[in-house]
Amino acid sequence: MSKFDDILEEANQHYLTLSEGDKPWIRVGSAVCGEAAGAKEVIDSLNTELSNNSLAANVSHVGCNGLCYAEPIVDITKPGKPRVFFKNVHPGQISELIQSYLINDTIPEDMVLAQSGGSPIDGVPLLDDLPMWRNQVRVAMRNCGDIDPTDIYQYIARGGYSGLNKALFSMEPEEVIKEVQDSKLRGRGGAAFSTATKWGFLVSSPGPVKYILCNSEEGDPGAYNDKGILESDPHTLIEGTILAGYATSASNGVVFIRHGHEGPIERTRIAIEQAYQLGLLGDNILGSSFSFHMEISLTGESYVSGEETALMESVEGKRAMPRFRPPFPAQSGVWGLPTNINNIKTLSYVPEIIAKGGEWFSSIGTERSKGTAILCLSGNITRPGLVEVPMGITLEDVISEMGGGVPEGRQLKYLQTGGPLGGILHGDQVGISLDFDEMSRAGAILGSGGIIVADDTSCAVDMTRLLVAFCQYESCGKCFPCRLGMTNLVEILERICTFQSNPEDMDIMRTIGQNMAAGSLCGHGQLGWNPVQSALKSFPEEFSAHMDDKYCPTGQCYGPIITPQRTRSRWGSAQPVELQISK
Amino acid sequence: MSDTSDNLRGTIAGSLASQSAKTVTVLSSLLAIEDEFGYIPPEAIEEVASFTKATINDVWGVASFYTNFRFTPPGDHVLEVCWGPTCHLLGARNIMKSILDSLGLAEEGDTDDKTMSLKYSTCLGACSQGPVIHVDGKVIGARAIGNTKGEDLVNKITEFVTNIRKGNS
Repeated sequence: MSKFDDILEEANQHYLTLSEGDKPWIRVGSAVCGEAAGAKEVIDSLNTELSNNSLAANVSHVGCNGLCYAEPIVDITKPGKPRVFFKNVHPGQISELIQSYLINDTIPEDMVLAQSGGSPIDGVPLLDDLPMWRNQVRVAMRNCGDIDPTDIYQYIARGGYSGLNKALFSMEPEEVIKEVQDSKLRGRGGAAFSTATKWGFLVSSPGPVKYILCNSEEGDPGAYNDKGILESDPHTLIEGTILAGYATSASNGVVFIRHGHEGPIERTRIAIEQAYQLGLLGDNILGSSFSFHMEISLTGESYVSGEETALMESVEGKRAMPRFRPPFPAQSGVWGLPTNINNIKTLSYVPEIIAKGGEWFSSIGTERSKGTAILCLSGNITRPGLVEVPMGITLEDVISEMGGGVPEGRQLKYLQTGGPLGGILHGDQVGISLDFDEMSRAGAILGSGGIIVADDTSCAVDMTRLLVAFCQYESCGKCFPCRLGMTNLVEILERICTFQSNPEDMDIMRTIGQNMAAGSLCGHGQLGWNPVQSALKSFPEEFSAHMDDKYCPTGQCYGPIITPQRTRSRWGSAQPVELQISK
Repeated sequence: MSDTSDNLRGTIAGSLASQSAKTVTVLSSLLAIEDEFGYIPPEAIEEVASFTKATINDVWGVASFYTNFRFTPPGDHVLEVCWGPTCHLLGARNIMKSILDSLGLAEEGDTDDKTMSLKYSTCLGACSQGPVIHVDGKVIGARAIGNTKGEDLVNKITEFVTNIRKGNS
């Protein structure tokens, strides 16, 4: 029996006591969406109720299954019965829920969401039939919402680390790369570059110290899938990173995440610790000759620190400003050492790709965009949340069928995809498929997967102002075309929104946009014109209403206009104070 | 803080030595200080510089770059309001204005009586629960405050913030 077989047996036994034991298994969604909806209070209420009634149950704080619109979600699996999900559970409803279902076997109809597994109960919809769940193919999110992310045995019992075990003992590093190549996996951070090719760059760099950086900075407003995976199933990321390390002969992995996101940080920290305890990280993993170490690196609040080279600067503890390339990260990265940077989602696919084979992965999706996409729906949509869908599905299906469309009888006006630099996509373009190249031709970016839905009460000009204000706020300041150009654009857009624009403003904006694209070192400045350009293309009449006719068709611009800007001095005392240098 | 300068430096040194980062850098050290004090005291700049063998200039460079750092003690309560696109579509602008008015502020900053500090946030990561605010370390979505919208939600959130400021959470 190998080391892994021992661990697997332990894990299976542990998992069986939860899933098929004689006590009910109660799971509560406790990711940031759950917490923001009040999950902590629900858990307190649950614990109190169980103890008051002297009821024994296994309670797990699980991650996010993606049905964020239904948070706080509590699901109960009684011995021998299906798993029943309850939605929007208020702490005050816990007593009723426990009395009604746990003690008396009656399902409270107004609270029930769905069921899965076991012999179906009449009158409760199947999870697999829910419109938001039906079309999903859950690869990276296969465990999200099902397991407690702080319990490594739950991950292992459901197939976790079997891919790593297979790779270490029956595959050469080149074969691991070959599987990823066969899968045709493209990066999910926004650039959609071939992952196998990127890993290939690192393979030939000399060791012994080489780094794999896992980018979870996720500064895009509207994107929460990286943090979602780390909060719900950090081990899929850890296993994927170790596999990447094995494939490229790297020695160290770093999970890069913004300080302040307590949930993902803490769960990743615990997961890394547990992996070390079981010998899945560290020297001689599972008794093999491969050693790999992982740690967490926190960054301050800076959107640009999500850019590859700025990320490396931040890992080194410096200002997150991009570097010139060449040298490329694979030749000279953090501290001058060979480095590879991948997005969390990209690495989270790898364990399944190794376990099931690259060909399996490439059977999902379209010709040039294989596998699945993990999308974050938010904004004016009935069912905000996370979904993992095969590439090739249309945006229409995602938004209308899965997301439930725009609520309150309003019309879809535009989508904001791929982060603020992705710009605005007119609502009538919603028939395009989720495919890197098709979206690019339509002038949209899939980016990190965020899709913000706007209805017809939203002013496109006002949104453009907001997006550019975000970009200005987050400009690192290194390149003046970006730093000054963004500030200039914000000033002009603010005047447009307050009906004080001048006739030459449009031409000035275009010139600024061209200069930014030509003179900026990184994508932030290079794409900074995109929000304005895409909005002009989709809603030219709205711009001319504001600029020529001096009115706002939706009326939004008559409300308060708040434009946070970076160049204002923050906190009043950002100037250095008089220091008594004592040394 | 009623610490004398020596006490303060002692606490600072303790935070730096016990920071959770596996690889110590200027940034990780500053984050440890921010976690301990809620701001970066001027003494901390010197201590971080000598701890990490960097220059004071380098440390100021990093501290002034990342927008989560501040250099004066925060108010009793720290409030962040998200102004990202999703929260904007869900009514953040009116909420922000209402909160600014109730706190007597024209923009982000500290209230006169130092009971509350307001900061604009570009994304709190809970977009499905928007509009979102962050109070004393806790992310709170609209649904948790009051399952409502529009004017009613603005009022509920403003009331929530006012209660926190008075100390009745």
